Order: sequence, then C-alpha cells, then structure tokens
Amino acid sequence: MKKEGVILIAEDDEGHFELIKRSLQRAGVCNQILRFADGQETLDFLFVRGDGPKRESDKEYLLLLDIRMPKIDGVEVLEEVKKDPELKKIPVIMLTTTDDPRTVERCHKLGCSVYIVKPVEYQDFADAVRKVGLLLSVVEIPQISKAQ
Amino acid sequence: MNKNVVILIAEDEPGHVQLVKRNLWRSCVENNILQFNDGQEILDFLFRMDNKRKRDERGCYFVLLDIRMPRVDGQEVLRQMKEDGELKKIPVIILTTTDKASEIDRYYRMGCSFYMVKPADYNKFMEAVESLGAFLSLECLRVPRIDGVERG
Repeated sequence: MKKEGVILIAEDDEGHFELIKRSLQRAGVCNQILRFADGQETLDFLFVRGDGPKRESDKEYLLLLDIRMPKIDGVEVLEEVKKDPELKKIPVIMLTTTDDPRTVERCHKLGCSVYIVKPVEYQDFADAVRKVGLLLSVVEIPQISKAQ
Repeated sequence: MNKNVVILIAEDEPGHVQLVKRNLWRSCVENNILQFNDGQEILDFLFRMDNKRKRDERGCYFVLLDIRMPRVDGQEVLRQMKEDGELKKIPVIILTTTDKASEIDRYYRMGCSFYMVKPADYNKFMEAVESLGAFLSLECLRVPRIDGVERG
C-alpha cells in the first residue's frame, strides 16, 4: 500500500481503536488513519454525504471493519460498499469479536477480503493487527474515483 | 488460519512455486499446499472436473493466483470463481509481476482479496512472501467452508 493511501477504521470501541492504530504503526505502517465510531459515519464518508469528513477522489482507501456497532452494523456497511460499482474495489478487512461461521460465510459472499476474529488476549490482538500491517506493506491498493 | 484450510497456488514458474512454498513454511504456515501449473488445472480442481485431484465437497481453501499462465490465465480463473455462488467465497490473492494501475483496478473490481506484485529482487520477494505467510498463519483468520458448486 502506497504511503498516500488512507486506512479507514470503523470501530465503536475507543480502546480497540487505539490498540489497532498503535499495532499498525508498530508494523511500520505510516499511512493516514481515520476513525469512524459507527456504520453510519463510515457510509457517509464513503458515499460523500452528511456534514462530517468526506472521501476524496482518486485516492487509495482500505477499510478495517468491526461488525457490532451502533446505528448501522458492519455487515450492512460491507453490503452497501460492495453494491457500489466503484466503492466495491476497496479492500475490506473484517475485524470483529463475532466468531460465527454463518457471519464468516455471509461476509465472504458479500465480498470482504479477509475475516479476522479479534483475539481476547491483549498481546494476541496486538500481534494479529501487526501481521495485518505486514500484509498491507506488501500489497497494492486501487484508487477510488468519484462516487457513482 | 485453521490447519484444515488448503492453500492452492496457481503458478507456472517452478522457481516461484518453490520460493513461495519455502517462505510460507518459514513463517509457520503449516497448511497443506497444492500446486497447479496453469489456469485450466486449478479450474478443473475447483469445479471438480478432474477425477485424479478434486476439491473436497466441504473443504476450506485460500488461493494464490498468478496472472500470466498457459492455456487459461489468472484473469479467467478469477472471473469464473467470482461468478460462482459458492466458489466466490474463496479468498484470492493475486501474485503477479505487473504493477500497472489499470491492472490493479481490474482485479479488485473483479473481486480479488489483495493484489501483490512479486518484487524482481529475490530477497525482497522472499521477504514479501514471509509477510504474507505471517498473516496467513494467524490463528484468528477465518476462511469459510465451500459446500458445493451452484453452477453445474
């Protein structure tokens, strides 16, 4: 992922967000990181609507997506993103406490890139995110143009 | 990921296959690895057309896919997988030599999970595969089971 690319983290738990951010940075990821506290904020950003921050054209984005969030949950966010002909190109990494085979299956059917269950132990969680960071450092991410 | 997930590598260059396998093992990936020499071979396996070697009806898979291969190329493999209601659930990482933006765009649009450019430098290629392996060896990575093929 190029250094201009932006990492979007949809996560309602502030503690988890801080841990994710720190662990990515520990893996050498120096990309800009934006946080969204629920699914609605995430969709408003991506679809360029509402009063909050908005997505810019011709930029690379990658989304780390929690499932259980207020207002709109992560599965619904994934569905909306993958239905849009342009936003569907955004790689979406599910990062959630939900460890249910049916949800794993549904998210893959909808088009998530990979699905990670948050480890309960702090150290394991940090290590998992660090390895996500290692992966991000060796893959290419597409640019997203204007909303359709 | 779970030890029962089988990693499928479609790659016609034997040197690259060896390098990928060795460095995945080095990063503690203990999963079974199957290799396919071209796109037709992996499609035959996935769609259970080859009686000698076919996909388990209730197996879990993760695919590493080269683009330039004889007979059927990686683009056609990805297209057929993602058009199938069941096979579309299999995560596919593209492993290729070109970093053209239009190609990156095309494969993400088609539904690849990630697109990785093979570094020309041997040591960098090894390191990149090790990073990939570190990720794949995560116990908390979940891969869905494939129950059948919707298309005949």
